[in-house]
Amino acid sequence: MKLHVKTTINGEEFEFLCEPRESLLEVLRDRLGLTGSKEGCNNGNCGACNVILDGRLVNSCLVFAAEAAGRAITTIEGIQGPEGLHPLQEKFLEHAALQCGICTPGFIVAAKALLDRNPDPSEAEVRLWLAGNLCRCTGYDKIVRAVLEAAKSTAVVMEK
Amino acid sequence: MKNFAYINAASEKAAIESMSDKALALAGGTNLLNLLKEYVLAPEALVNIKGIAGLNAIESFEGGLKIGANVTLSELLDHAEVRGRYPALHQALYDIGTPQIRNMSTLGGNLCARPHCWYYRYEYFDCKKRGGQGCAAIAGDNEFHAIFATDGPCVMIHPSSAGPALVVYGAKVKIAGPGGSRDAGIEEFFTLPAAAVARENVLKPNELVTHVLLPPPNGKSATYEVRHKESHDWPLAMASVALTMAGETAQEARICLGAVAPVPWRAAAAEAALKGKVVNETTAGEAAQKAAEGAKPLSGNKYKVQLVRTAVKRAILAAATGRRV
Ligand SMILES: Cc1cc2nc3c(=O)[nH]c(=O)nc-3n(C[C@H](O)[C@H](O)[C@H](O)COP(=O)(O)OP(=O)(O)OC[C@H]3O[C@@H](n4cnc5c(N)ncnc54)[C@H](O)[C@@H]3O)c2cc1C
Ligand code: FES
Ligand code: FES
Repeated sequence: MKLHVKTTINGEEFEFLCEPRESLLEVLRDRLGLTGSKEGCNNGNCGACNVILDGRLVNSCLVFAAEAAGRAITTIEGIQGPEGLHPLQEKFLEHAALQCGICTPGFIVAAKALLDRNPDPSEAEVRLWLAGNLCRCTGYDKIVRAVLEAAKSTAVVMEK
Repeated sequence: MKNFAYINAASEKAAIESMSDKALALAGGTNLLNLLKEYVLAPEALVNIKGIAGLNAIESFEGGLKIGANVTLSELLDHAEVRGRYPALHQALYDIGTPQIRNMSTLGGNLCARPHCWYYRYEYFDCKKRGGQGCAAIAGDNEFHAIFATDGPCVMIHPSSAGPALVVYGAKVKIAGPGGSRDAGIEEFFTLPAAAVARENVLKPNELVTHVLLPPPNGKSATYEVRHKESHDWPLAMASVALTMAGETAQEARICLGAVAPVPWRAAAAEAALKGKVVNETTAGEAAQKAAEGAKPLSGNKYKVQLVRTAVKRAILAAATGRRV
C-alpha cells in the first residue's frame, strides 16, 4: 500500500506517494528529483544525506519519508537565497573546501544548521558539530576554515 | 528492507493495542532503520510512537525529573537541569553518536536499542539472539564484545550509553502495557541473555517504555568513556560514577560500567572499596582495580580489562573534582 504524504521542502509544498519502507533520502532523490542530498553509508555515519527537519539537523537515510508529513524540510537545494549563493557555499568555493564533492552538500547543510543555532562558533565547536560528516578527500581543515569564514561574513551581513 | 504497514499511534493505548512481536515501536529510528535495512528484523508493521501526547516532555517530579520516552538526546543535552544536576547523564549523552544522531535518537529508544554486535547484524552468521544454534562471537572476532558475564549464551554488550548513568542515579523506567502501568527499577529493566536470549530487557512485545524517572541526585557524579576516535565513535568501555560526599570522603559510591557486559554492569566491589575513603588518585585507583575483578575476557578483548580500570579511575576523580579528566 502506498502512503500519500504532504510536506514542505525548501518553502515549497510537495505531495508524493511512497511505500512505508522508503527513506526520506530515497524519496528526495528518486521521486522528487532533489538529488543534491547524497547517499554515502546509508546508516547514519557519514552525513552525506543531511537535511534540516523542523529546524533540526538529521540524516535523511534514517528517517522514513512517511514521517515528513506536515513538516518543513530544508535540503541543499534550499540553501541558496534569492541573492545567489549562501556565504557558506561561497566560502567553500573560495577555500577549495572540496575535491570530489560528494560530501559537500551534507557539510553545507550541517554547517547551516550550526550557524542557525550558533552564529559565531569557535573552531572547536565547528569541529565537534561536523563530527557526523565524513570527507575522504580534503582532510577537513579547509572545510573548517570555510565554515569559520562564512560565520564571519554572515555576522557582517547581519550587522548591516 | 521488507515492506511493512505504517501505523501512527495517537495514544499510549492505541500503540499498545497495535504492538506485538510482529509490530514494533518506531521512535527516532536510528537503531531500527539500520536493522530493517540489514534484514535482521522484518516486522509486519511499525507503530510510530512519536505522536503520542505526553511522551515528549521533561517535567519536575518529586525533586527529580520525569522524562518522556520520546524526548531526544539533544533535548536532554540542552536542558539546564540535566546539565547542572545530572552531569553523569549529560556527559554520557554528549558522547553518543553525532549531532544528527542525537537530534533523532530518543531516550526510550536508547534504552530499548538492539545490540550493535556485528554477528547479530549479519544474517549469514549464527546468532542465538536471532534464533540460531550458537553465538558466532564466542569463537569469532570479539574485540568489541563483553568481558563480564561471558559464560552465558550470548556475549553482546548492551548498546545503551545512557544506561550506566541511569543506574548510578537509581532511575526507574515507567512501562505501559495492556494491564496498565508499572515502574521497574533500572537494574531490573535490563536482563541478561541467560534469562531470555532473544531480548535485552523485561519488556513484553506489547509493552511501551513511557517515561524515565530520575530521583533527585545525591551528590557528585561523572561519566568517562574510552573510545578509538575523538570525532564520533562507540565506547570501548565506559564508567558512570555517583558519590555522596562528606567533605573529601565518599560516604556512598555507585559505579556502573558500560560497553563491557550484556547489561549496564554494576561494579559492587569497586563501590565497597571506595566507601568511607578520602577520594584521591590512590583510592580511585584501588577502586578501579576492584572494578575489573571477575572479568572473563574473550579471545580478542583482554585490552578492555585495563580500559575498565582507566574509565573507573577517571570517572571517580572527575566526579569528585567536578572536572573532566
Ligand atoms: C552512527 C551511530 C552512532 C551511534 N552511537 C551510539 C553511541 O555511542 N551510544 C549509544 O548508546 N547509541 C549509539 N547509537 C545507537 C542509537 O542511535 C541509539 O541507541 C538511539 O538512542 C536509539 O534511539 P531511537 O529513538 O532512534 O530508537 P529506535 O531506532 O526508534 O528504536 C530502537 C529499538 O527500541 C524500540 N523502542 C523505541 N522506543 C521504545 C519505547 N518507548 N518503548 C518500547 N520500545 C521502544 C524499537 O522498537 C527498537 O527495537 C548510534 C547510532 C548510530 C547510527
Ligand atoms: S547516507 Fe545517511 S549518514 Fe551516510
Ligand atoms: S570532497 Fe571528496 S569526500 Fe569530501
